[in-house]
Amino acid sequence: METQSLPINYLPIIFQMLVAIGFVVTTMFVTHKIGPKRKTKDKLTPFESGIEVVGNARTPASIKYFLVAILFVLFDVEVIFMYPWAVNFKDMGKTGMIEMFIFMATLLAGFIYVIKKKALDWD
Amino acid sequence: MSTFYFIAFLSIFFSILVISAKNPVHSILYLVLTFFTFTIHYILLNAQFLAVVNFIVYMGAILVLFLYTLMLINLNKEAEPVKPFMVKIAAVFGGGILAVALVSSLKLLGVSDPVVLKNPDLGLVKNLGKVLFNEFLLPFEISSVLLLSAMVGAVLLATKEKEPKATI
Amino acid sequence: MELIDLLIKIALIIVIFVISLVVAMYSTYAERKIAAFFQDRVGPNRAGPWGILQPLADGGKMFLKEEIIPTNATGFLFIVGPSLAILTACIGSAVIPWGQNLEIGGRVIPLQVTDINVGILYIFGVVSLGVYGIMIGGWASNNKYSLLGAIRAASQNISYEISMGLSIIALLMVTGTLSLGEIAKQQHGFWADGYFSWNVFKQPLGFLLFIVCAFAETNRSPFDLPECETELVGGYHTEYSSMKLGFYLFAEYINMFISSAVMATLYFGGYNFPFMDLIHSPNLVAILGVVALFIKIFMFIFFFMWVRWTLPRFRYDQLMDLGWKTLIPLAIANIVLTGIFMTFFK
Repeated sequence: METQSLPINYLPIIFQMLVAIGFVVTTMFVTHKIGPKRKTKDKLTPFESGIEVVGNARTPASIKYFLVAILFVLFDVEVIFMYPWAVNFKDMGKTGMIEMFIFMATLLAGFIYVIKKKALDWD
Repeated sequence: MSTFYFIAFLSIFFSILVISAKNPVHSILYLVLTFFTFTIHYILLNAQFLAVVNFIVYMGAILVLFLYTLMLINLNKEAEPVKPFMVKIAAVFGGGILAVALVSSLKLLGVSDPVVLKNPDLGLVKNLGKVLFNEFLLPFEISSVLLLSAMVGAVLLATKEKEPKATI
Repeated sequence: MELIDLLIKIALIIVIFVISLVVAMYSTYAERKIAAFFQDRVGPNRAGPWGILQPLADGGKMFLKEEIIPTNATGFLFIVGPSLAILTACIGSAVIPWGQNLEIGGRVIPLQVTDINVGILYIFGVVSLGVYGIMIGGWASNNKYSLLGAIRAASQNISYEISMGLSIIALLMVTGTLSLGEIAKQQHGFWADGYFSWNVFKQPLGFLLFIVCAFAETNRSPFDLPECETELVGGYHTEYSSMKLGFYLFAEYINMFISSAVMATLYFGGYNFPFMDLIHSPNLVAILGVVALFIKIFMFIFFFMWVRWTLPRFRYDQLMDLGWKTLIPLAIANIVLTGIFMTFFK
């Protein structure tokens, strides 16, 4: 039987986050203090290869990207469902495998639908 | 117990920041922090798998989707809708009624017993898997149909034939 | 937890933190030297003997450069972007087992910050947070190139995350645990029960999928579209300067180090090495194990660089097609094959 971890085992992760945050904040502060500051108007415009900037970058983009993101969320949930199954795979044997294959088949049908609809084609 | 109160205070604090922040991207960052405190709550309950699911699905997937949506829409000042004065009055009124209802229902409820976990190891991945694939097999299989319908819906909404192509 | 244990943990955290920073720094030097070797050049050779002090000079330069925040940028988020990028790169190392337990004066010191039950999922979660740094930085710059780079980077990362998760599932079916410490222990030695004990021999296709996804998640060539110079002038970090740019570049190298460590632990036996049972002193085994792990990590880092200076970059539609239409079906096939094999041939 493997050793089970308790909530206290997660404390070092918090420490590590604090160390990392400390490092980032200190570095940002020091570099802000010791760097030279010679600001001119041209320097502070967005860099667009020397061409006069038209408008700004707050523009709508293609819905394809949004579709990728929403499909990612759905597949991510699917993958998460598979973790408890994969860990128990050896104990559950054949029935467990059939159970999961039914689940996967449903999602595979969805995946094939997505591909057939050409939702992921970039042109 | 004091850890719980500290984390609970942080959760409420960050969630208030979520709704009071002016910049929508700031709101999302505060929401990330709120979900992070939820993750700590799950760990304190020894529900480690749920904690990490909350971490991956909510912080890593759903909020990325939110951020995505924000980046893809027009966030210029001019495009912001101006709400009429009456709408604001109605919002304040509605919020007030909701607050009264919540406070009165909490008063009726009284202090409940704190939840005592009968089996503190239930939240571990292995045990969770055993429960999920025996007692709750049917809901699990049905959830795949739910995911399938969400997938079909997203594709139907996002792919329209003969649309002018976006530039970016 | 006792106070002394706590202090040991904190010391370990800081040592690992410093090691990952130093490895990341010297990876930049190695990258330039290796690129020079592949292109028949000399590479950096001015700062110190063989240019060995070059990373320090680069770091010092980053500190002393002027910090530019464009007027159109969203000021606070512009600073948060690179900070988040390096923060998520730095916290991944917490669950990696760096070696077996050391025994000093009767006290057992584990060479792993913490061995949690859901170690792999923690890494997976940290990887999925890596998107934030790039997206927020690119959006806050308010530059069209940066926005495009950020959106591309985000959709690339999330697309490859799915196949990464699926390839890990096939591995978990073999190991039966999510704890990285346990997985490293299972791969003891090199040969056990009439077969290789390292997971790469049990999951060759899974490893191939994982390493491709690791390249995509760290935005390394041939998946470095978010920062391609020719079309996007640097991508999401076009507007960045001084240490903020340094953080973005640095985060890439730290990610490379951490993902190499994860690959070595998951598939190449971690701190295990062949014939380790012949050595009887446990402390010596532990130290040699750390050395073995680092040799594996450096091999992977070299492989990352080798690929970078050999393969050209993908086109965007090729990248998406590879991620969605090739890797995901392959990963699912891998799971099905592993399941059938383990049920019927064992």
